[in-house]
Amino acid sequence: MTTTSTSPAPPAAAQTAAPVSDTRREQTALLLQRQGAAIVLIAVLIIAWLSFPTFGTQDNLSDLALQSSFLAVIALGMTFVIITGGIDLSVGSVYALGGVLAAYGSQWGLAGALLLPLVVCGLIGLVNGLLVAYTGMAPFIVTLASLLFARGLLLAITHEGSTTYKISSSAVLTRVVRASFLGLGSPVWITLLLFAIGTVVLRRTRFGQSVFAIGGAENSALLMGLPVLRTKVSVYALSGLLSGFAGILTAGYLESGVTTIGVGTELDAISVVVIGGTLLTGGAGSVLGTVIGVLLRDVIQNIINQIGSLDSNYQSVVSGGFLLVVVVIQRLLARTGSA
Amino acid sequence: MSSATMSARPWTDRARSGLWLQRNGVYVAVLVLLVFNLLFTANFLSTANFRTQLLQAAPVVIVGLGMALVIGTEGVDLSVGAVMALSAALIPLYLGYGVFAAIAVALLAGLLAGMFNGLLVAYIGVQPIVATLAFLVGGRGLALVIAHGQLVEVDNSTLLSLGTNDVLGIPVTVLIAAVLSVLVGLLVQRSTFGRRLVAVGGNRTASALAGLPVRKVLFGVYAISGLLAAIAGVLATARLGASDPADTGLLMELSAITAVVVGGTPLTGGRVRILGTVMGAVLMQLVRATLIKHNLPDSTAQMVQAVIIVVAVYSARERSTR
Repeated sequence: MTTTSTSPAPPAAAQTAAPVSDTRREQTALLLQRQGAAIVLIAVLIIAWLSFPTFGTQDNLSDLALQSSFLAVIALGMTFVIITGGIDLSVGSVYALGGVLAAYGSQWGLAGALLLPLVVCGLIGLVNGLLVAYTGMAPFIVTLASLLFARGLLLAITHEGSTTYKISSSAVLTRVVRASFLGLGSPVWITLLLFAIGTVVLRRTRFGQSVFAIGGAENSALLMGLPVLRTKVSVYALSGLLSGFAGILTAGYLESGVTTIGVGTELDAISVVVIGGTLLTGGAGSVLGTVIGVLLRDVIQNIINQIGSLDSNYQSVVSGGFLLVVVVIQRLLARTGSA
Repeated sequence: MSSATMSARPWTDRARSGLWLQRNGVYVAVLVLLVFNLLFTANFLSTANFRTQLLQAAPVVIVGLGMALVIGTEGVDLSVGAVMALSAALIPLYLGYGVFAAIAVALLAGLLAGMFNGLLVAYIGVQPIVATLAFLVGGRGLALVIAHGQLVEVDNSTLLSLGTNDVLGIPVTVLIAAVLSVLVGLLVQRSTFGRRLVAVGGNRTASALAGLPVRKVLFGVYAISGLLAAIAGVLATARLGASDPADTGLLMELSAITAVVVGGTPLTGGRVRILGTVMGAVLMQLVRATLIKHNLPDSTAQMVQAVIIVVAVYSARERSTR
């Protein structure tokens, strides 16, 4: 039996807390880590603006925003999961599943196209969360299993991928998703709204504070009486819901449930979240950083397209290289910060 | 102290058999599936069928060996599929200098990629999952850039023989996988490196305090994983008869991790099960084959795999908490 049982411990935490020393160097390190992506984004935008006359056109920019919006919605859920110190590998499959279910459900009108994917994808996220929170299995492996499960379910619904369900172009879903206001497609506005809500939830609610606390120090969060298990279940359910919702938007935009999308999207989502300054170790991060991460990725892609002569495969080389530079810098900055 | 009291505690028969099943579940599962197929699957008991099953499992086994070592140190290597693609892309470029030069370049590239991952993880301290993720994203892109995104047919007979020939009735690819399994098994069981690896995976801080070369061990583990992935890439190219950087090794990281985990190596490190990993790869292949032979579609196969992974990891978790 455990001999070191819970004897009333003295409040030793106050003694061990290091004195806060705000040296200038540490502050710069912190600023760079938090805002590094934003600085690079601005620099890249200026270079693109000056180098390519077609970059700054309204068509190109609204196109860019539209393309970013689908990944951004997925990455929003991933941000919450990663801040708790977890990871969700299932988002790519769930995203594709959401799209197929939206197209399949559109035969029962808008309600079917929205409810069916949200319920199923939300359930997959919920199961992820329950397994992670209550069995103590590694998030990595639980969501790896649901990556396979969701893709299998998608194949089962589409007769092994041979059937592509269509959404009528006159359906409410397609008309809403394909509409645009003030020069920006409605998915962009929806994404902005979701991110605004995400920021408020993460920064201004009890739930958001629990998310940070769990990622920072799970045991302390538990001892403080925070609802650790419930919060964990919620972030995975949220990630499933948002991925499914991104699938709905994509299906509406493409007017069909494309079965082949979403392969490797989980990795895109993780890398944009990390580039945006959210630490994979949990406990620190921001929703705004994720937006910047997504934009940075798509602006670079856009530039490569603008150059034209470059092989489109350079996109992934640049993305991988960029991710590498970001994590190495994060790591080195963390060292100076703690030194 | 605590371990002494643990072992002195009398195990009930039920707990003992439960523990035995958790340790040997993968072997039992393979055996059960084999018996099931022998009884109920038409044409299962044929040399051709066994050949196919083993040929399919071989690349996963080879990559899984490296993955098992990495997972044993509490890490993960997501880059293996991209490394396979990279080595496949390099082969046709250097085939002009002879087949051995081409293979050497491909293997060297894998080794360098692994060393690069190892450098990031061991010396810079980047989390394994991100360090190798970066190579997953960038490595396949690099392979496609090198090959101009195209599939190139390979018509070198020596290379092709690696993928198609038999020695004593056993395909060369399978033999290579078997030899590598024995080598890696010996490395883990019998070498200083193996002992250190398990120690580092079990408790990194304690290993560092005990004076073990923690960084060198981590570096070595990723280098080996890269080299093994490159071997799998060469064999995949030989079997296909073409260098196909777009598809070679796609999602291999997931299959390899699955084989390792199903084989009973815990994700928390400190234990490496090589035979378990080999059997894990064979089990997943058998599951897939059984479902296909009984006309169950691929979709069902994927969902069954998902359930197997969860069950395997769930039982491994019980062992570690006991």
